[in-house]
This record gives sequence, C-alpha cells and structure tokens, in this order.
Amino acid sequence: MVTFQEISPADFFYRNRDIAGFTNPSRAIFVSVRELVENSLDSADQMNVPPEVYVRLTEEDGVTTATESGNGVYKLMVMDNGSGIAARHIPSAFGQVLFGSNYKLKQARGTFGLGGTMAILYGQITTHKPVLIRSSTGGSKIYEFKLMIDIQRNRPLILDRKTRRNKENWRGTIVEYSLEGDYYRAMSKILEYMKQTALVTPYADIRFVDPKGRLYMFTKATSKMPPPPEETLAHPYGVDVETLHRLIGITTSRNMLDFMRKHFHRVGQGTSLSFLDFAGFIRTSSPQSMKPEDIAKLMETVKKSKKFRQYFGKISEEKLKAALKKTKHPNMLEFMQSHFPEVDKVVILRLLAAAGFVRSKNPKKLKPSEIVKLVRMMKKFPDFLPPDAGCLSPLGEDLLRAGILKELKPEFIAVSQRKPSTYSGHPFIVETAIAYGGDIPKKDDIVVYRFANKIPLLYDEASDVSVRVIKSINWRRYKVAPGMPLAILVHLCSTKVPYKTVGKEFIADRPEVKSEILNGIREVARRLQIFLTKREHVAKEKKRLSVFSKYLPKIARFSTDLAGKTETPDVELLLKSVRKYEEE
Amino acid sequence: MKKSESEISVKKKSTKILADLRGFGGNLYGQMEKGKFPWVEMPSRSTENIYYNPDVRQYVLGEKSVRRTARNIRHIKPFTQMVWAGYFASELVKNRKTSTLRDVYYSAQAYEMTFKDQPESNNIITDLETATGFAREDFNVFPEERSAIFGDLTIEYTVPGYEGKQLNLTSHPDGVMIGPSVVSAEFAKAGCDKVIAIEKGGLFTRFIEERVHEKYNALLILTAGQAPRATRHFLNRLNRELELPVFIFTDGDPWGMHIAMVIISGSANAAHLRGLTTPDAKWSGVYATDIVDYKLPSDPLTDVDIKRLHELEKDPRYTGDLWKREIKTFLKIKKKAEQEAFSRYGLTYIVDEYLPTKLNEMAD
Repeated sequence: MVTFQEISPADFFYRNRDIAGFTNPSRAIFVSVRELVENSLDSADQMNVPPEVYVRLTEEDGVTTATESGNGVYKLMVMDNGSGIAARHIPSAFGQVLFGSNYKLKQARGTFGLGGTMAILYGQITTHKPVLIRSSTGGSKIYEFKLMIDIQRNRPLILDRKTRRNKENWRGTIVEYSLEGDYYRAMSKILEYMKQTALVTPYADIRFVDPKGRLYMFTKATSKMPPPPEETLAHPYGVDVETLHRLIGITTSRNMLDFMRKHFHRVGQGTSLSFLDFAGFIRTSSPQSMKPEDIAKLMETVKKSKKFRQYFGKISEEKLKAALKKTKHPNMLEFMQSHFPEVDKVVILRLLAAAGFVRSKNPKKLKPSEIVKLVRMMKKFPDFLPPDAGCLSPLGEDLLRAGILKELKPEFIAVSQRKPSTYSGHPFIVETAIAYGGDIPKKDDIVVYRFANKIPLLYDEASDVSVRVIKSINWRRYKVAPGMPLAILVHLCSTKVPYKTVGKEFIADRPEVKSEILNGIREVARRLQIFLTKREHVAKEKKRLSVFSKYLPKIARFSTDLAGKTETPDVELLLKSVRKYEEE
Repeated sequence: MKKSESEISVKKKSTKILADLRGFGGNLYGQMEKGKFPWVEMPSRSTENIYYNPDVRQYVLGEKSVRRTARNIRHIKPFTQMVWAGYFASELVKNRKTSTLRDVYYSAQAYEMTFKDQPESNNIITDLETATGFAREDFNVFPEERSAIFGDLTIEYTVPGYEGKQLNLTSHPDGVMIGPSVVSAEFAKAGCDKVIAIEKGGLFTRFIEERVHEKYNALLILTAGQAPRATRHFLNRLNRELELPVFIFTDGDPWGMHIAMVIISGSANAAHLRGLTTPDAKWSGVYATDIVDYKLPSDPLTDVDIKRLHELEKDPRYTGDLWKREIKTFLKIKKKAEQEAFSRYGLTYIVDEYLPTKLNEMAD
C-alpha cells in the first residue's frame, strides 16, 4: 500500500540538497560562502550604506581535521554592517526554510530565507551543530541566538538566547556555524567569486581570512552606491498559480477589481476592468433589475464626472428608463454599448463600476479551476502595461567602470547600460562592458564575467546565454584577434533572473534577454574596435618612424664616406618632416 | 701585343669605378645637404623592360626607369642597402681586396645592415650594378664557382703582392683557375691564335694531354657547365683585346647549346650589363647533325629536354640558321650525345679527326 506523507519545506530541501547547489563538499562550501555573502551585501544595500563584509573560514577547533583531499569540518563566520534583524524575527529568519517570502518584488541578490537558511541547514545536517546568530538593528541591544532547525516541522529550535548591551551602536549581523566541506578544492572558485563580487560591487569592502590564515582584501574604490531598488508588485504576465494562490491568501480585497489593482504591477481601474471583462471575471447588472433609484444613481454618476458627461451627457433619465424597459439585452454593458456604439468599452465599464453596477467574486471564494483560468487569461491578455524598471538596481556605467578598473586595471574599457526591457512580465536591464589589456590574461577565448543581480556566475559557463551570444559574434569585424587580452562583462538585473537551474549558475536563452545582451555587447565592441583601430594606427606609425630613423642616418653616413666628405649631413629635419607629415 | 694599351685599360677602369662611386655618393650627399630625401634613378629591370637587341646581339634594358627614394617607406631599406653596397664596393676597389656574394651577405652584418637572406643581398648588388653601370666583378665581387684556363698566354698580375709578376698559363698541367687575380690581370704575351671553350672537365684534361694547345695553337678554357660571369667577361676580353676567335664545345643537347648561347649573347638577368658577351664566338659542337654524321652513341631526349627545345625555338637569341637547323634536327632525331661519346672511336679521335674538321668548317 502506498502512503502519502506531507513533508515540510525544510525536509524537502534536506532530501533534495543537490538542486540548491550543495552537490559535493567543494560545491557546498562555495555555495555556503556565496549565499551568506550575498545576504550581507543585500542587507547593506537595503540600508544604502557601503557594505563591509568580513568572512572567516577556519578548520574546526583549530585542529586540522581535513584529510588529504581537504575534506573536513570548517567553521564559517560572516559579519556585515547591514540592516540587522529585529530580535523577534531572528529565529524564523535563520531557523525556518521559506520564511519571510515577500510578496512584493524588487531586485536583490538572493531571496532571503532560502539560500542562507539552506546553507545553515546544510551545516546542521553535516555536523549536527547549532548556528550562532548575533544581530542588532543599531539599537541599544545586541541579540545572540543559538539555533537549530527542526527539519521535520520546519521550525527553529532556540537552544540559547542572550542579550548584550550595544555600547558602540553596532549594526549588522554575524552568522557563525560549522559545516562539512572541501575548502582546498573550492579555493579557486571562492577567490574568483570574491574577486568578481568586488568587481561588480566596487563600493564594498570585502575581507576574507581563509583556513590557512591568509587575508584577502578587496577594498572599495568608491563610496557611491547605485540607487536602491524600489519595491514593486508582481506583474500579471509573470504570475503563476502558486503566487496567485498566496496573494489570495493574504489579500484583504473583497472583490476582483480591487484585488487586481492592489496586488499587481501597473494595473489600475481601467486595465483591471478590461482584463476582468476579457477574462470573464466580472458581470454587469441586468437592465431588468435596474430600479428607479439605480437609474438615478447612474445619472448622478454621469453628471459628477466631466469625462462621463462628455460621453454620456446627451442621455436623459426619462429616455433611459424607457429604453431599459424595452431592452432585451441581458446586461448593462451590452445595453450601454448598443446605445453608445462610439464610446469605448472601457469607458462604459468605468461608468458602470463607478455607479456600482459591476459585480465580481470575492477572490477568496475563487475555485481552483478559476484560479488556473485567471492565470491563463493573464498571460493571454494583450493590454497590460509593460513593467516599470524602477524596481531594478543596475550598477550604472560609472560604477561598472570603477569596478573593472579596480580589479582588472585595463588599458581600455567601454561600458554600456541598455534601456529597461521585459520578458514574460519581468523587467530587466542588461549592462555590458568590454576591457582590454592590463591584468586580463591573453587567451584564445575572450574572458567572460557573468553577473546576475550583482552575483558572479562561475559555473556552467558554456551553457550561459552570454557566452553563446559572444560565440555567435564575428569578432574579426571588431578587429579582435585570438590571443588578445580581452574581457567581456555582462550584468543582467531583473526581479526574476531566468536561471536555468535552482543553483544560480547560468542564464537561459530568453529571446528578449538574448537580444538585449547581443546589442549591449555590440555597442561596447564597436567602441573597442575604434580603440583597436587607433592603436593599430599608432603602432604602424611608430614602426614607420622607426624605419626612417634607423635607415636615414645610415644613408647619410655611407654617402658621406662614399663621397669622400668628412661631415655627415643632418637628417634630423628629414626625420621631423616624416613625423609632421603624419600628424596632419 | 697591345700591352701598354690594356694596362692602361685595367688601371683606368678602377679609377673610373672609384670616381663613379664617389659621384654616386656625392649626389646623395648633395641631396641631403639641401634637406631633400636622397633618391636615385636607374633603368627598370622588370621583365617588361628587357628586350633583345639584335644589333648588339644581347638582351638590353628598355627606356623605363625606376626612381628609388628614401622618402618611400618601402624603398628606404633597399635604398640604404644599395648605398652601403656602394660604400663596400668602393672600399674593396680602393684596398684592392676581393669578395664573394656570400661574403657581402656577412660583411653587411658588421654595419648593422642585415639582409634577410642571400637572394636579398644578391639583388642589392644587382641594383648597384644597374645604378652604376658596372659589373660586380668590377667591384671585386666574384662568384664562388670557378672555371679554368690553360694555354700559351702570359699574364701580368695587378693584384696586391703580385703586381708585375708574370705567369704563363701553360705552367700548370691542370690549368689555372680563373679567379679574381686572373680576371684582373693584364695580357703580357700571347702565343696562341684561338680560344677553345669546353663544357666539361674531362674533355678539358684530355685536350691538355693531347696537346691541343700546341697542335692547334689554342688557349683552352673550361667553363665547367654554364660559364661564370667572370669567365664570360674574360672571354670577351680575349676576343676584344687580343682579337682571338672563340670556339665553344659543349654536349650535344639543348643545355649544352644554351651554354654556348649565353657566352655569345648573354642572359636576360645581365641585360643591364655590357662586356659579358662575345657575339663573334662560335658554337662548334656537338651538333645534332654530328650525332647523325658521326653515328655517335646517344641517349633519347627526355620530356624536359624537348620542352626546353621548344622554349629555345621561341627565344629571340636563336635566330641564326645554324641554331634553327640544329633545334629542328634535335627534335627530329630525338637524341642527344655527350662530348665523351667520341671515345667510341678511340681516345684521340676527337682531337685527331673531329676537331680539325670542325675548326676547318668554322674557318670557312
């Protein structure tokens, strides 16, 4: 007999930790560091202060437990100067999977409550040790919790709780826990991750002490920060059944019209009306049910608004009454449309809604089949406004340039920020940069730095859309030859990055995203081409001049000897004339 | 004997060479002094500017000329190399030293004048020849390959350390190598009345052994295949200064025929030079008709031989009746024979029978 058993989200992740990136000890330690650093950076970003993140990785209890392969138990400590977490939220934030899921959207590196908690959960299941959290929101106290996760019930278990005085008004969070991992295998990826994070977050100070006690410092190059993202509602095109279900769960709206307006991005009364009409989720009163006071109310609504008067002003109460009595139309919408064929449907709906003759269901009473239909209709409706990019926080060309100059010290750099665009209702912005020379290694292939919401993507490069786009470009057209020290950076910001897998590794081929990346790269490549052409020209000229300055003095010397003269003619003027000629 | 005249000619020549080279340098010097980029103008050596001139019976350069200027980035390196070559040549002539093309290639490196390879340096020497009108032998630059001479001619050396010393060219039974010192020597006394040039060393030795030089009063010259330029120049001098008729004996094949032709009419490569040809020299065998007449042992012509014959048919130098007849005969009989083929009639047959017959024919 088959038994079905409900499992908690924590249990689910416990059983499926592979999909979150904790595949092996080396990946696990990398992902753990990454998740916690991202949370710290996000937290400081939200406070609009330049992040200071301190990461320390030590072999447990100072004793080398690592075997030959480096596989062992490590203690990971991450400290930041971010917002801090209010004491009452600390246990859930770190001891409960999927806590704090926000129904509002804005661009952030991670979704707090998932990645970080997963890392802690991984630590617990490999070492069975609690996590130590210290945090303060800058008030008079620092709270310290020792927690474990009750995996089956997805609940935090508070083992210990202390309160200290916050004498120095410290604000931030410290997370410290033990985990099994293989640092020495992950080392190059972790360092690369730090370097690229420093590149894309040039306003952050990141310090990292590795298990050998080596300190890596990534110092900020600027204190300027990108404007913080605004919170935004979900766009109807990007909503799935699960999200809709949750929205219905939390909403206070009593009808669909209100529900749409309140929970969706760029949906107002008009859009809401025409969508719900399109989707069949509203109905208007029947003409036969219109009582005299209803008719009076309708007339009054027309009179009150200048706009309605303009459209419906010619009608009188008497005429309306007479017409309503005779009509066969089943509802007020059709009735009004037949009498005002020149007026837009949305305007009629607005009038009927304003007068209170539009009815819709209480969203909480929608049947599952209706929820599915609503989502399907949202995807079909053509007239939703495109999402606004205010919820995105691109780095901006100046910061991008500063970051690249700091980490790669290139000879040439071009950066570009594309205009906001959307895919499936998710706004996104692509930023691209190309850099030449400096610390960039000379390779046959162009070095590609990929970022999504300021996170460096280090794995599965070949599958990434940016790499595919770069490979598809005919680089010879841009004067790029193999073996040039060239790096391309692609940064995708979005409220929803189209990752192909749960572990944030690479970006899928969305046509809209792909075309923005292509155009962005082309733009910087064109500027590179101008640089390379100029460089080539200068090099040619240098070579040309060197030919003249090598041979002219020799001609002078040999002809002097041949002619039997003693004084060699001066060729400086001739050399100067060659140079001058070129400058013109 | 026109001893005094020829002595003057050799000394005069080196003086003239030095003066011309000085003028060449002086011209460039003057241009630079005036603040101009130095340049020279010289006849173009491109194939479309090479013509066969039937009057002088050799290839000559046409009217086209090229201007080499130091202003041009593509010209400046060869231009400098040519000026250096001029300087180097004047040093050789002044100090009466000799050199070879290979030597020139290495000497350049002492002046930080690197040549990419030997052909590049050879080409620059040819440029200098074209620009100045002198042959490289005049600048004491000699080729590696050497031919030999034997016979009753007394020469007087002009090379340092041997000035005034005389040598009779019968003094060594292997013959005397035609090197720089022989080429630059004056003719002191001649006891011969003709020159016989021979393609192959074997026959040259046979002729000496059989005392051809005495029997026919001849000066024997071994060309050792295609005659080096120095040897061609020497033949020209013997013919011009001593008025000795020149007879050329080669193998009976298109290649032997062409050895004779280059001595007579020169090559396209040397179109810019005079004094390398001996238009009155006579090819004296082995003819294709000799193969038939003397029933010589022969080999069939190869495809390459036949191809070469067709080329020669179209060559403007091959206009005389003799040439036309022999080419036609070769193509008809499709056979070739070496000079040594006469040995089937005994070792002395060629000297005792063939040679007198031929010389008689030629004298007619």
